[in-house]
Amino acid sequence: MRTIRFSRKQLCIPYALFLFCFVVLPLAVIVYYAFTDGSGHFTLANLISFFTNGNTIGTLCYSIVTAAAVTAVCLVIAYPTAYVLARSGLKRGPVLLMLFILPMWINFTLRITALKEILTVIEGNLSLHPFLNTVIAMTYDFLPFMILPLYTTLLELDESLLEAARDLGAGEAEVFLRVTLPLSMPGVVSGITMTFLPAMTNYVILDMMYNSTYIMGSLIGSYFNIYDWNNGSMISLILFGLICLVSWVTGRGGANDAENRGAIL
Amino acid sequence: MSENIIELKNIKKVFDDTVVVEDFNLTVKKGEFVTFLGPSGCGKTTTLRMIAGFDLPTEGQILLNGEDISQLPPNKRPINTVFQRYALFPHLNVYDNIAFGLNLKHLPEHEIREKVRNVLEVVDLEGFEERRISTLSGGQQQRIAIARAIVNEPDILLLDEPLGALDLKMRKEMQLELKAMHDQLGITFIYVTHDQEEALTMSDKVVVMSDGMIQQTGTPEEIYNEPKNAFVADFIGESNIFEGRMAASMTVKFLGFPFPCVDNVPRDTRVDVVVRPEDVLITTPEKGQITGVVDSSVFKGMYYEITALLEGDNEVVIQSTRSARVGDRIGMCIEPDGIHVMPAGVLVNVFDGEITKDGRVAFAGGNYECDLTQLYEGSRAGEDASVITAEGEEISLAGMPVTVEIPVRAVSMSDEEREYRASGNIISFIYKGNHYNYTVRTASEEDFVLDEDYLWNEGDHVSLMIPSEEIVLKRKQVKP
Repeated sequence: MRTIRFSRKQLCIPYALFLFCFVVLPLAVIVYYAFTDGSGHFTLANLISFFTNGNTIGTLCYSIVTAAAVTAVCLVIAYPTAYVLARSGLKRGPVLLMLFILPMWINFTLRITALKEILTVIEGNLSLHPFLNTVIAMTYDFLPFMILPLYTTLLELDESLLEAARDLGAGEAEVFLRVTLPLSMPGVVSGITMTFLPAMTNYVILDMMYNSTYIMGSLIGSYFNIYDWNNGSMISLILFGLICLVSWVTGRGGANDAENRGAIL
Repeated sequence: MSENIIELKNIKKVFDDTVVVEDFNLTVKKGEFVTFLGPSGCGKTTTLRMIAGFDLPTEGQILLNGEDISQLPPNKRPINTVFQRYALFPHLNVYDNIAFGLNLKHLPEHEIREKVRNVLEVVDLEGFEERRISTLSGGQQQRIAIARAIVNEPDILLLDEPLGALDLKMRKEMQLELKAMHDQLGITFIYVTHDQEEALTMSDKVVVMSDGMIQQTGTPEEIYNEPKNAFVADFIGESNIFEGRMAASMTVKFLGFPFPCVDNVPRDTRVDVVVRPEDVLITTPEKGQITGVVDSSVFKGMYYEITALLEGDNEVVIQSTRSARVGDRIGMCIEPDGIHVMPAGVLVNVFDGEITKDGRVAFAGGNYECDLTQLYEGSRAGEDASVITAEGEEISLAGMPVTVEIPVRAVSMSDEEREYRASGNIISFIYKGNHYNYTVRTASEEDFVLDEDYLWNEGDHVSLMIPSEEIVLKRKQVKP
């Protein structure tokens, strides 16, 4: 039997094709629609209208505030959780971690529906606290994405570094502030990236919570629903640029650190 | 002036039922360079960690300048450590690493800057303040780790195998530098290593450890020239170890010949004899105290290492500046002060055991056939686990606690697991001229000592064979 050998270049073809069809091409289509009007002529009107329309700017601000709140709440819950799971030498640490991850295996729609029912029982009318409900639902949904990278970095933290800090005279609080926290920053950064960005765009959660408020995702959805592809594309493009910017800023902070490798992303 | 800076009293450390350090007593004088030396797993690092405060002793006291610090956390002790793998903070640069301890003390900025600069001078890395840790070589990281510890001016500096990760040349250089640093700073150094040469080169005092216990404490010269037991002799430098017996108070008989020696030990005492290879002198067969045939001769640079075979298959290793031809018959002389006499190791294995229902004896995880009639004089064997005494009375012995004694020479090893046999891992062995003396430790932490002709490896799992006629049983005196 003849063995078939592929060169490295040939092996790249399926991947390249995939990238082209599902990443490059759609992006090109978005760029095309963003800078044309309904009849296909080049225009900057979509771009201008984004920055002149109070509605879109307001939605952008509201999205950022929502995402920031969700990220902050996630971080506050996830850091101590991950710390205990990774560093307290619990015999069943991985099992407990699994309990936090387990909800991800349950269908997203089902989870949010269940949460909606629970909140309805507690609050009565969901539309009275739209912001609160959004934060609760998104925190519930994104928490594992914050815990996992934190858990990984904290787990890999070299015990001898903590011992060295104690040896040099640091009490437990100082050990945490001067060694544990800075060394777990890569985990914090990837946790934030994995929570903040989806929180800005995931409008399905809002929809399902009978939420009348708008975030960026909802805005894009509404434009496409009325077949205004041009404005919808422009907003998507601006959001894309924003995400690139955020990733670049957070990624740059620890770009030189070898210990970054421990973090997901 | 020589005052004691640290004193360890009856230190014992138990981890999950395993005794790691036991019966540890040591005093260290101010400014001394003390080395804990021993094979891996001997408890030396654990002892160091107890001094640093990372582990707390299960029993015993650690006195620093007369005050008990054994329960203090590490940050409250005026002691700093240089870690095995340096443990430098990767998120801080060289300056911030070294200033870490000083910052915690809230010293004024200019003072910190001054101290860091001085200490970088001591370790020969001036101008490295702004460098990131990841850009430093192993040797440079080592120096920064030392700088970070000594900048705090501790009472004691602990060094946990600090040179282990460096290559040979670098290690030699750092040994000398550390020694010089010790002389210059006047800080007490406690150093942990498994490298005997390193220990002998650098220390004022060497503590040889094995199996959680101190085997010998002394100056490098004492440790080398007057080893206290066969383990120390074997671990420090090359040595010939033989079994012998005192023929008179100042004469020891080994290799079939009485040698005059300088140790005054009562006649007929069984002893281990240690002779350093360089203390065996080659002469003509007529002039030698003993004679043998040269088996091999290997050039080692400074000397030839010659192995001579004696009648009765004993082997003697000799270091000589002159070569000898393989197959030649040579005579050998040993000066009285070249002969080190030390108490013999274990001759008889002793265990607590119990008679089983089927008339065997259970001890150390094994079940062995044995002669039960020896427990009652004049008795004969009855059914199962019983004996019939001289008076005709039948006594059932099942469940009876006994003391089991087995001579070292009676035990042999096999790599085959068998039902009833005790088994364990070889934890150490010593070559004694014509056989190896092994120690096998069972899962229940009981040790068998035995002699074998063949070479096994440390860590080998073996089962132990004992002929039933060699098992001596004694009734336990039941205390009222």
